Amino acid sequence: MIQARFDLSYPGFELHAEFQVFAHGVIGLFGPSGSGKTTLLRCIAGLERRVDGMLQVKDEVWQDGANRLPVHRRPLSYVFQEASLFPHLSVRQNLEYGLKRIPPEQRRVQLEQAIEWLGLNKLIGRASPAGLSGGERQRVAIARALLTSPRLLLMDEPLSALDAASKREILPYLERLHGELDIPVIYVSHALDEVARLADQLVLMEQGRVIASGALNEMLGRLDLPTAHLDEAGSVIEARVGAHDEEYHLTRLDFSGGSLWASKVERAIGSVVRARVLARDVSIATAMPHCSSISNILEARIDGIQDEGPDRVSLRLAVGVRQMLLARITRRSRDQLGLAPGMAVFAQVKSVALMV
Amino acid sequence: MESAFSTADLSAIWLTFKLAAVVTAILLLVGTPIAWWLARTRSWWKGPVGAVVALPIVLPPTVIGFYLLVAMGPSGSIGHFTQALGIGLLPFTFAGLVIASVLYSLPFVVQPLQNAFEAIPERALETAATLRASALDTFFSVALPLAKPGFLTASVLGFAHTVGEFGVVLMIGGNIPDKTRVVSVQIYDHVEAMEYASAHWLSAGMVVFAFVVLLALYTLNPTGKRK
Repeated sequence: MIQARFDLSYPGFELHAEFQVFAHGVIGLFGPSGSGKTTLLRCIAGLERRVDGMLQVKDEVWQDGANRLPVHRRPLSYVFQEASLFPHLSVRQNLEYGLKRIPPEQRRVQLEQAIEWLGLNKLIGRASPAGLSGGERQRVAIARALLTSPRLLLMDEPLSALDAASKREILPYLERLHGELDIPVIYVSHALDEVARLADQLVLMEQGRVIASGALNEMLGRLDLPTAHLDEAGSVIEARVGAHDEEYHLTRLDFSGGSLWASKVERAIGSVVRARVLARDVSIATAMPHCSSISNILEARIDGIQDEGPDRVSLRLAVGVRQMLLARITRRSRDQLGLAPGMAVFAQVKSVALMV
Repeated sequence: MESAFSTADLSAIWLTFKLAAVVTAILLLVGTPIAWWLARTRSWWKGPVGAVVALPIVLPPTVIGFYLLVAMGPSGSIGHFTQALGIGLLPFTFAGLVIASVLYSLPFVVQPLQNAFEAIPERALETAATLRASALDTFFSVALPLAKPGFLTASVLGFAHTVGEFGVVLMIGGNIPDKTRVVSVQIYDHVEAMEYASAHWLSAGMVVFAFVVLLALYTLNPTGKRK
């Protein structure tokens, strides 16, 4: 477990954050700008000086009241928003900076491994990081962080300073790390898309406080949280690749609630993928629709309904085993169909985004 | 015309370079921690300490020389101390000249270093800490290399300023051949003795030296240069 409680006040800003998460996988730290995500991450790293609180990572206490382990003694790594490479060192020396400071017997990530994972083969010979692109710099920074063999990796919006192309370039690397490394990652982001794609657990912040934390799926499906009311609200489904339809260029995804067809992905049958279904792409029918362009139809049960402004409502749907879907429909549709909690309905999924 | 420089001139030149070299080395050792502290501290003392370090820029050298002479004299605090140590008194010795020059040239070393340290982003130091570097380790592996241009400027200015001092030397060191008679004092002697030719040679040498040093500083040091 990672248990944390921090109190900090600056003129004009206060942080009173407390949360508890499992120390594995990616923990998304999500909230609007100015909610204190970065400050909380800096508290965890020990970079904030005047902070009172408590921090325990697995069985190690990193802070207890005013007793703080200094930053360099905490077995963590930090990837900042800007890559922050050392300009006076070559790319290789940047990578080795942290590595050299770890006793050989404690090194669990080797230089060659990090170079391969982050695709740095062509960059390793550069005499200076000056000529690297934004995406390349961030990949070097991530590799440099991993090479300290951290027991906790902190990432502060590592993609936010990058353009869309660089983001697309880095995301697969991050997902790959997720699969290959057993290091818990706390990942700060204000982009729900990124969090939905990478995180397993979610810590939600608002105005310097943690308002909820828990498993990603559960959190995304909760109608009482702000995440359900964002434009890009939606749910995440872990599914298995069931079949490919070569003729129509589609892939079938199987999960406990049924099957969904998505645009074809180059993944082996049986491999597990993560799919995202936006609330606005889900519509409701009370009878099995037969003549519809939407071929993804799931049996569902209405679990909760909440008004979303004067014209729309959000629905929480239970499908399969412990899987939630969010749907956003008009208030009129709800009344015309007489939708109420507990009703069995059919969810029509217009589009499935695969996170691969 | 005979040899341009007399033996006494050459002795003064050698003494001046020795003094400047020793003083520059001490200044870098003493000035670096002061500059680092001034660049990083949020203490109330930053202002007063910075002002004290900068005093020699504003004060007439005779004032600094006068107070040092008093302090290092038989009834001054430094004088008591050096006598207790069995070193004797410092005025009119090379060691006394070194101490006086260090104080006199301190701002010329501290200020470029402080500027260089202040230009290092906090983020670079934080990054080093998250990569397991202690504060001291970070200082040597990140701060010093990033402040290299500042060190070059500080060394050149400290050295050159020591070579160029006159008032403090005259107050503290007097005019003892081979011990405290530096080039600037030697020129003064030549002029007093109406030896204008000799004064010309030494003065022209100083001008050339100053020009070469500053030229080297501006061409070698890329700080502030736009690409």
